[in-house]
Amino acid sequence: MNVSSVKGSMSISSSTSTWKAGDTISDQFPAGLRVLVVDDDPTCLMILEKMLTACLYKVTKCNRAETALSKLRENKNGYDIVLSDVHMPDMDGFKLLEHIGLEMDLPVIMMSADDGKQVVMKGVTHGACDYLIKPVRIEALKNIWQHVVRKRKNEWKEFEQSGSVEEGDRQPKQSDDADYSSSANEGNWKGSKRRKDEEEETDERDDTSTLKKPRVVWSVELHQQFVAAVNQLGIDTVPKKILELMNVPGLTRENVASHLQKYRLYLRRLSGVSQHQSNLSTIISAQDPTFGSLSSLSGLDLQTLAATGQLPAQSLARLQAAGLGRATAKSGIPITLVDQRNIFSFENPKLRFGEGQQQHMTNKQQVNLLHGIPTTMEAKQLVSLRHAAQSVGNMNMQVPPPGPQSSQNNPLLMQMGQQQQQQQSRGQILVDSTINHAPRLSSMGQPILSNGMATNVSSRNGIPENIRAPGYSQTPSMLNFPMNHASELPGNCFPLGSTPGVSNLTSKGAFQEDVNSEIKGSGGFMPSYDVFNDLNQHKPQSWELQNVGIAFDSSQHSNSLQGNLDLTQSALGQQGFSSGQMNGHNRSAAVASKAVFSTGDVKELRSAQNVNQHLNNLLVDNTIRVKSERVCDTSPANIFPDHFGQDDLMSALLKQQESVASSENEFDFDGYSMNNIPV
Amino acid sequence: MDRNRLHNQVASMRRSLFDQLEELQDDTNPNFVQEVVTLFYNDSTRLIQNIEQALNSRPIDFCKLDDYMHQFKGSSSSIGAKKVTNECTAFREYCNAENAEGCIRSFQQVKQEHAILKRKLEVYLQTVRQASQTA
Repeated sequence: MNVSSVKGSMSISSSTSTWKAGDTISDQFPAGLRVLVVDDDPTCLMILEKMLTACLYKVTKCNRAETALSKLRENKNGYDIVLSDVHMPDMDGFKLLEHIGLEMDLPVIMMSADDGKQVVMKGVTHGACDYLIKPVRIEALKNIWQHVVRKRKNEWKEFEQSGSVEEGDRQPKQSDDADYSSSANEGNWKGSKRRKDEEEETDERDDTSTLKKPRVVWSVELHQQFVAAVNQLGIDTVPKKILELMNVPGLTRENVASHLQKYRLYLRRLSGVSQHQSNLSTIISAQDPTFGSLSSLSGLDLQTLAATGQLPAQSLARLQAAGLGRATAKSGIPITLVDQRNIFSFENPKLRFGEGQQQHMTNKQQVNLLHGIPTTMEAKQLVSLRHAAQSVGNMNMQVPPPGPQSSQNNPLLMQMGQQQQQQQSRGQILVDSTINHAPRLSSMGQPILSNGMATNVSSRNGIPENIRAPGYSQTPSMLNFPMNHASELPGNCFPLGSTPGVSNLTSKGAFQEDVNSEIKGSGGFMPSYDVFNDLNQHKPQSWELQNVGIAFDSSQHSNSLQGNLDLTQSALGQQGFSSGQMNGHNRSAAVASKAVFSTGDVKELRSAQNVNQHLNNLLVDNTIRVKSERVCDTSPANIFPDHFGQDDLMSALLKQQESVASSENEFDFDGYSMNNIPV
Repeated sequence: MDRNRLHNQVASMRRSLFDQLEELQDDTNPNFVQEVVTLFYNDSTRLIQNIEQALNSRPIDFCKLDDYMHQFKGSSSSIGAKKVTNECTAFREYCNAENAEGCIRSFQQVKQEHAILKRKLEVYLQTVRQASQTA
């Protein structure tokens, strides 16, 4: 795949859009980087603006935090990075940082004349990318672009990882990402994931329910209401209750769910990254209770998926048509995935229900979910996706079809979306199953899941999703979600909130959140596709990655990133979900959950070559041995839902987006080698 | 020639006063330094007044004082006024210790340095104006 080349060109084009200076360097970036600087001191503001302009950045200045926030909200894709002073009269700089992280997930650099250790530490814990001491020298500003690239890269990588089975070359990238994301950028990733989730969430919401739901903007007031409700109900509450308590007309449970996920991640981050790991473990255990919320999410996911599901459906259709093949029809597949997902999502968000059901549901459903995302998931993949992706699928859906996000990324996102969906569905299933452990899984018993999955897979459509993993069979049982709802992504799908819509998940467990956040952060699709990639047995999911990469690149410079992010977010969300649960089975989870996997699952995911495995792992303590359906190494579309569920979907989606063409073939996930669940 | 002399004077003053700011000024915004200086001049005067007020009120609100001083420190350091910035740091230490006496004394230093800076800035601005008039 020529992701890199595509990326390069894309990035170049996008980055040079603003600055045509004769930068002989191929990539004119960082020139034209859109910076928003906030400082109440007019002297400093003026000097900063001048310095930034001298660095060839495109500067917007505000002297009030509120103004900055409103600017960011009206134009979510309008800025690449934010520079904010710490001491401001109307709002504390850290508070602004939080808001930006929750809502837009942009890299934020804090500035202050104060160089005390506490303050700098505060910046770190709140998620700031960097902290500059005043007087700020122009040399320090010259390098701020690195934060933008890094963030995007992480997200992208995560995405890729999950879904990049296609390309061998991607794999190394993935592994890098995995390491990187899991360890280094947890904060960032989560932040980005969160943002992605947010974006995706909103996007998906748009897509799912009415195919154009008004995006919900989490304004300060709304967020405060939300926080008040959460404080009253306790952080472990369910979105539904929060929604009721908030009593805001027009707000849906999905909105609350995804936001809750992000918020939990955010809180987790505040309490210390180190705790993350422990939290994750606790969260996982606590997942059960949280599952409830997840389930709700999953439903949402499905919906979103459904909404976005055009892709999946299409992709599914394509997949099916193509046989094992290739999800060439990116759009088609997603739709199918969506369908599947929808089926799953309803019942048990948590359970991999999706998987089992998905199979039955037939890709159509899934597709619906992914509508936006041209998941070129091959039939096989779809099937597998369904299994695993139930959750993943949801995730994919989450990845708001690029449409809403950014037209630019749409194609890419679409692709990715599809993939993601596939993955998602897979992931979801996995995720769901894992997440919904409590409700469903628990009852079902993990072993069931795996068995179910396996059986489901096979029984499903007979799609060649070689879901070998016994896990699959479980899924069906587990997933007996009433998949009827496409919209309801099986709560499992990403309780982690990886799915954009699944913000609820975040609260679920540290893990979940991580997953979600990760998923979200990662640019969405990457993860999902990774899953798929894994499935394809190491087929270089370059397709996905490429997509992601491409999407990423382009988005970098343009607002398209948003789209990607959205996808990623959703993908991540889904993936994260599944991965979290799957413990790395889900590659997709790995992708998304770079952060999520902090609990270690992530690690597994990373290696998610066998995304399936990961997914499975996640789900059922390895009970779900969804054999990574080796759908076929050929087609990336073989995203086995089981494994990839989330990651794959995400990555798939991403990939799709990026390289519609390439992704198709790459998507061969044969990978679901559930057996290799790296537990 | 008078104009040249004035210009040179301005340039050298600028160089001595604001090395970094100087760099920022270019053809696209020839009055950059002047603008910044004016801005700082006005802003800092206001801040000094606020601080003075806060110091005179009883009981002294150290939090607010710290805030003001923080801001003052930020802008003066941005403009490159090292001495003023140093005095600000000392002031903030006293403030943190809630040492009213120390704060008042330190503030005197701040005011003194600031006054010196203001004078220099005034001369600079005046020269700039003269130069532009003769140009």
